[in-house]
Amino acid sequence: MKTKQSLGSRLAEGVSGGLVRVFLIVVGLFWLVPTIGLLLSSLRSPEDIAASGWWKVFTEPSQITFDSYRKLLENEDITSSLLNTVWITVPATLLVVIIGSLAGYAFAWMEFPGRDWWFLGVVGLLVVPVQVALIPIAELFGTIGIFGSVLGVVFFHVGFGLPFAVFLLRNFFAEIPRELLEAARLDGAGELRLFFRVVMPLGAPAIAALGIFQFLWVWNDLLVALIFSDSGSQPITVALQTQVRQFGNNIDVLAPGAFISMVVPLAVFFAFQRQFVSGVMAGAVK
Amino acid sequence: MVAALFLLPALVLLGALVVYPIGYSVVRSFYDQSGDGFAGIDNYKALFTDEGIRTALKNNVIWVVFAPTVATALGLIFAVLTERVRWGTAFKLVVFMPMAISMLAAGIIFRLVYDQDPDKGVANAVWVGVHDTFAQASAFPKAHPGRQSPLEPAGGGAFITKSPVRAGETVSLPLVGVAPDLMPDGAKPAVAAKPEPDKITGTTWQDFTRGKGVGKLNSVDASELGYAGMRIEAVKDDKVVASTTAGDDGTFTLPASADGALLRLPDSNFKEPYNGLDWLGPSLVTPSIIGSYIWMWAGFAMVLIAAGLAGVPRELLEAARVDGASEWQVFRRVTVPLLAPVLAVVTVTLMINVLKVFDLVFIIAPGSSQDDANVLALELYRKGFSEDQPGIASAISVFLLLLVIPVMWFNVRRLRREVRR
Repeated sequence: MKTKQSLGSRLAEGVSGGLVRVFLIVVGLFWLVPTIGLLLSSLRSPEDIAASGWWKVFTEPSQITFDSYRKLLENEDITSSLLNTVWITVPATLLVVIIGSLAGYAFAWMEFPGRDWWFLGVVGLLVVPVQVALIPIAELFGTIGIFGSVLGVVFFHVGFGLPFAVFLLRNFFAEIPRELLEAARLDGAGELRLFFRVVMPLGAPAIAALGIFQFLWVWNDLLVALIFSDSGSQPITVALQTQVRQFGNNIDVLAPGAFISMVVPLAVFFAFQRQFVSGVMAGAVK
Repeated sequence: MVAALFLLPALVLLGALVVYPIGYSVVRSFYDQSGDGFAGIDNYKALFTDEGIRTALKNNVIWVVFAPTVATALGLIFAVLTERVRWGTAFKLVVFMPMAISMLAAGIIFRLVYDQDPDKGVANAVWVGVHDTFAQASAFPKAHPGRQSPLEPAGGGAFITKSPVRAGETVSLPLVGVAPDLMPDGAKPAVAAKPEPDKITGTTWQDFTRGKGVGKLNSVDASELGYAGMRIEAVKDDKVVASTTAGDDGTFTLPASADGALLRLPDSNFKEPYNGLDWLGPSLVTPSIIGSYIWMWAGFAMVLIAAGLAGVPRELLEAARVDGASEWQVFRRVTVPLLAPVLAVVTVTLMINVLKVFDLVFIIAPGSSQDDANVLALELYRKGFSEDQPGIASAISVFLLLLVIPVMWFNVRRLRREVRR
């Protein structure tokens, strides 16, 4: 009786195990197919795209061409906007990491009046929607003359990246063993030296997570750049967005353009999966 | 003193770029369009009277109710199921990947997916494929009788012979008008049927060849194709007494019972091909865009929940199984309650995120249905930056801020306990 039952349940388990596998494979396809569609569309001529679906390349592989990419990379609007994306993303990431680390360290290990209240104030800012700042900052930047510049976009991203940076790094730095810091202080190290020699190296995992998170955030941004950049300083997302109105006619720019804009984030994602995941987990409140 | 130096850059930037704008927006929301006259709560009234904002509000409610819950539910299912296959990590990577790309790129990806033409958009290609598997696709759209045809319209899109057929005779059922590329793949050149005793035989075919015209009217020419698969019914007094389907060369045979009946080609032969759903049309556009959001964010829910799941003590699950609980019971009574805090965090995080959704709607909704897909963040952008209504835009932003204040308060309270060490 006992063996029979376990045989039956094992059989049921085998069937359900098979079902689980089929289900997950179907879901996986659902997740992969849209991106494959974009990739294959970017590898076909606009005439072919207008005539048939991207899956046609499976029966007619000769349709594959890199023409759209070649034309795209000769298009100066696109190449200069790709450069702008870099000029915006790199400083916005570095500044957030540096300024956030300094503040995170101060909140974790320095004594000053009202420290915890200040920190809680910063935590409160975590969920403030960027929308609240669009109109006021547009006017502010207009007044001081950086509206429409790379600098303005960078500043905005730094401002809204800081609450998360301070929150993440302060919590991580607070875990550093007190003895390590005391020992360095006894050796006569100043705060600045302590910060660069002890705190930054020990905080590397959190700093990496933050850096990757912020990098992707800024690289992928559309809204902020849409408002604060102009045609000379716009990043790739904005440059592509201007083509969306005529979606069908501009597909030979949009498909390869979107794919190029995805390459860097995807490379970062695959190279630093673990850090990215821990950044996402820590940021589950943002 | 040193602390002030460490904090100064962060606090100055936060003050100027986050705190000051909050105050400014609140004040600005009480002033009129130009910013000179005090407007009281007029701008807030507009939130509930302005047509565009009301659509946006309604859509935001739909978004906040459905997008986070579906994404979290899927994340939970994926997280639990991937534990049971060996390639779980690869699966997670695939589902999590869209989080790394921009909403703009995702928007372009889904504009392609949702293309209305089933020959181009993969969503409709699949949908039409499934639909046609269950509902027989019609083979001869737009076919109709030509000149001096023995057929006449019978109402509802069907055609019927003008005179009854007799056993032992052959019948011609010619039509015209089917585009050559829409003819069935198996169609062969039509063949004139041979008479058979006690049976009705005949041919149904396309009495027209591109470039050659009708040839000999109402009779079979060598280059004309048979209507392979055409359904034919013999009708007496409005009752179907026999039916058959034409062969590849268009020939068919009916039994003697059809003697004296009229032959009818039912309307199911001629329906327009099914063209799928209008994903980005006014009624489906919001659910469609929510679908693309879930594609991006289910991976986020899955990864957080999987991390929570890793912390669930295995002995607890095993103990339940030993006690005879089925997998479903284990899931429902043990796993889900243990994960409840994680599920709550994920759902709330996604809700805050969904409240601000902008890029996906802005990119995926075509101009013609963007009003129907409107959300608050998009309306704020329009009011503030293309319609020059900064007062109303500020009111929308303050409204968004008010909605996240409970979460802000919760975060601060949770941390206050931790900070006091």
